[in-house]
Amino acid sequence: MVTVPSRFRNPIGKYRLHRTDECLGCGKCVAICPHGVHVKIGHVMTKNHYRCVGPDCPNPCYKTCPAGALSLKRNPTFDTLGDLRWTPDLLVSTWCMAETGDVPPGGLEYRIGESVGGFDRLRLVLPPSHRNESAPPDEEVDVGIELNRRDDTSHRVRIEVPFYGAGMSYGSISIMAMLSRVRAAAALGTFCCTGEGGYPDELKPYDDHVITQVATGLFGVREETIQRVSIVEFKYAQGAKPGLGGHLLGDKVTPAVAHMREAVVGYPLFSPFPFHSVYSVEDHKKHIDWIKAINPTAVISVKVSTPTDVDMVAVGSYYAGAHIIHLDGSYGGTGAAPDIAKKNIAMPIEYAVPMVHRFLQEEGVREKMTVIASGGIRTPHDVAKIIALGADGVCTGTAELVALECVRCHNCESGRGCARGIATTDPELTRLIDLDWGTQRIINLFSAWKKELVRIVGRLGMKSVTELVGRTDCLVHLDYMKSKRGHRG
Amino acid sequence: MPAKYMIHTRAAPNRFKAPTKSGIIAWWEGCLGCLHCVKKQCVYGVYGSRDLDVRQMIDSIDNQCMGCLRCVQGCPRELIHKSMNPEYEALGDSHWTPEIISSLWYQAETGKIPVSGGGYPGPFSGPGFDSMWTDMSEIVRPTRDGIHGREYISTGIDMGGTSGHLSFSNSGDLQDNLPFGLDIPLPIILRVPSFGSLSGDTIKGWALAAKELGTFLALPVDMITGELVSFRESLIPIMSPIQPHSGDGLEGVRLVEVPWGENWKEIVKRIKESHPSALISCRVPLVRGMVEKIMSLVDSDVSILYLEGTASGRAIDDNSIFIKDGIRQTHLALVERGIRDEVTLLAGGGIAMAEHAAKAIICGADGVVIDFAILIALECRMCRRCTKGLPCPVEIDRAEQSWVGSRITNLLGAWHNQLLEVMGAMGIRDVRRLRGETGRAMFFEDLDRSTFGSLSEVQKGYELE
Repeated sequence: MVTVPSRFRNPIGKYRLHRTDECLGCGKCVAICPHGVHVKIGHVMTKNHYRCVGPDCPNPCYKTCPAGALSLKRNPTFDTLGDLRWTPDLLVSTWCMAETGDVPPGGLEYRIGESVGGFDRLRLVLPPSHRNESAPPDEEVDVGIELNRRDDTSHRVRIEVPFYGAGMSYGSISIMAMLSRVRAAAALGTFCCTGEGGYPDELKPYDDHVITQVATGLFGVREETIQRVSIVEFKYAQGAKPGLGGHLLGDKVTPAVAHMREAVVGYPLFSPFPFHSVYSVEDHKKHIDWIKAINPTAVISVKVSTPTDVDMVAVGSYYAGAHIIHLDGSYGGTGAAPDIAKKNIAMPIEYAVPMVHRFLQEEGVREKMTVIASGGIRTPHDVAKIIALGADGVCTGTAELVALECVRCHNCESGRGCARGIATTDPELTRLIDLDWGTQRIINLFSAWKKELVRIVGRLGMKSVTELVGRTDCLVHLDYMKSKRGHRG
Repeated sequence: MPAKYMIHTRAAPNRFKAPTKSGIIAWWEGCLGCLHCVKKQCVYGVYGSRDLDVRQMIDSIDNQCMGCLRCVQGCPRELIHKSMNPEYEALGDSHWTPEIISSLWYQAETGKIPVSGGGYPGPFSGPGFDSMWTDMSEIVRPTRDGIHGREYISTGIDMGGTSGHLSFSNSGDLQDNLPFGLDIPLPIILRVPSFGSLSGDTIKGWALAAKELGTFLALPVDMITGELVSFRESLIPIMSPIQPHSGDGLEGVRLVEVPWGENWKEIVKRIKESHPSALISCRVPLVRGMVEKIMSLVDSDVSILYLEGTASGRAIDDNSIFIKDGIRQTHLALVERGIRDEVTLLAGGGIAMAEHAAKAIICGADGVVIDFAILIALECRMCRRCTKGLPCPVEIDRAEQSWVGSRITNLLGAWHNQLLEVMGAMGIRDVRRLRGETGRAMFFEDLDRSTFGSLSEVQKGYELE
């Protein structure tokens, strides 16, 4: 694992250590800190505040300092970060994973947020760790999944981790961010979707790890792009703005973006809602047949939002010939959307997945269909929980942006775009991300996720993540839990 | 096709600097004076246009900062930090949250829909309207050329009841008098809030907006004096329960509100006699057992019911009952009696966001009444100093009427567009068809227990993670 520190001079952590003039320069703090918070370069100084685990430290410098020169304070900037879903703890722990490839050593809650519902009130129920003889060793635990489970002539596609990258278009994010995601997907043995904005030539070396998207605007969709890939995704709707179209502001339609999308520079682009050629499952089958005519072995994914009838939509997609039903819940999304839509339209993914899982089972087709969930998956624990609720795997989007040091300021669309160089096409801002840095940050984050998933699946006494699908007995919801005593966590 | 309803918004800048969620702390001591100072590199140019608002003692960098943290993370001496703004966190209360208040300011200032990137940042669900989601359709679109196209989505509603049937004489003549009704192009009525540092200009500004929008402003009858008389067609005089108004001075008024009370029948009778053409709306407080009260009204001349909760949208005598529940109960009771179309049901109290209007209608209201939202649109901080006789920190009483009018027009322009967004997603093109369509919504109380209720068992010794 390669350590990839923040690209900024001052990484943000939860704590700050204050050093007074009384410091003797003895270097004891440097010697005892396991996280390298203090350094001695000539004189002793606190260089890496952000690594401090605070009260979780068993032998804290601020208590053992012989001169009493160190004191621990909470970093006020930390508390201005994030929100209830992506708490400051989740943001900083994601940055930590992207830097080190491991979950944080302490001091941070990296498993849940504070939204007080759904994932954040669900807990994994694990057998007692002291009598866990049935747990297989880590190297025998498989967290890979098959994406084509139909007995047909399309590609047999397996991914080594139960997640792949959701669609984020060229134009909404920079080419550097896009390439970082795709290269990381290739390194991890999984896929990344182009979103609806064309298929840049820079992605060609990674064709085997690219999913190309066909959405309502049909931007950049050509025969050649459909033939280049093994998975094609139809986007009917997206969780952040279900039932509404996409909208790329004119400022973001730079010459390169306009060329890719076959549009005019400086003019806003609307991806209308819905597909004007689809009003039924039969129409939908016609779409899939078109793709199969151009690329007969393509695996077809259908991305939909989560309305009340999402279960019927999923079954319809099966009969239309799709391999993957991708449910995008209402709380996720990366691009700009009306606040009223993000909050209200369609249901959270935690409700939609069990509904679809059950309905496909009752229809007798669950084993033939791959169910992918997205929209608010932030942590490896979210992945395990949604699989236990009935999904086969998940799509990620925001997590990768956070790995690239998104601070969730929610201003993706302001002025020249993202000030941190992630969701922008501004040439100067795009240069803020180095390709190797971005790639490795995402690899590190997902390696940490993979290790966590291996640990969880192993703890459950399972050898494959596929055994966890629909195992709601491995979950408890704190609001409905019968006994509240005698459990840890 | 009839002319499309458009709300023309125009920027109406804040008069006072709005408190923002977090502020910047930048120390000078120890500054190296770098040639390429991070402050010069600010993408938004915030430091370059820095000034101090002496009246409020607010540094402009706090209001203009977009929170990208690049200066915080780039300063070689770590001299720049951010911290939460206690003034922001202290805004409003648990219902009128700082987020809602600042969103209302933004909409009143710009007339635009609040849009942001990066997914939903709030709680999973919450009390009242926060415990429901609206539906969408994967394939149905309500109009052929988009929600803002030539073919339009109607947000108009009818005020006043319609009869369930027509009666004819043997000779085929219509026997009934056709009920008198009004229609408004927006399912939202304005109402003077119960507190606020108001002036004649404030009220006139609100009346101006009501007229321009084609809706109504409800206000105590004794406020209708002077210039306001000329706005009568857009005003709803609220009769006082204590001093029964004789009915004088109501000429040209199309709608009158009477409060529920001992003598409501008497007041209704008097108004009906003096102004037979005015519609009568009766205000019923949201309390336990209010459905019976409502049922006693519907056989009278009252054709509009206005169900009113507290400022936080709850029952007056029971904090656990929300206006949403009151609307559902009332709507269903009216449907069960087969008289739903004989009355118009309005709901108010705590309506704070555009989504509340859509959700109230889904629960069964015909339209909503907004009060504190039109005060907050004028930069009110909900500090309630005015209720203690203290001066208003944002001098609402000194605002000009044209500015007041623009702020309200902007707010409702933004709300109208948001209604179109949710209706478009649902595939519904007439707000009258949304009324009581609970199938177009998902309720926390139904979904959460059915999804997670069985996830309750933990074997002894097992660990939770």
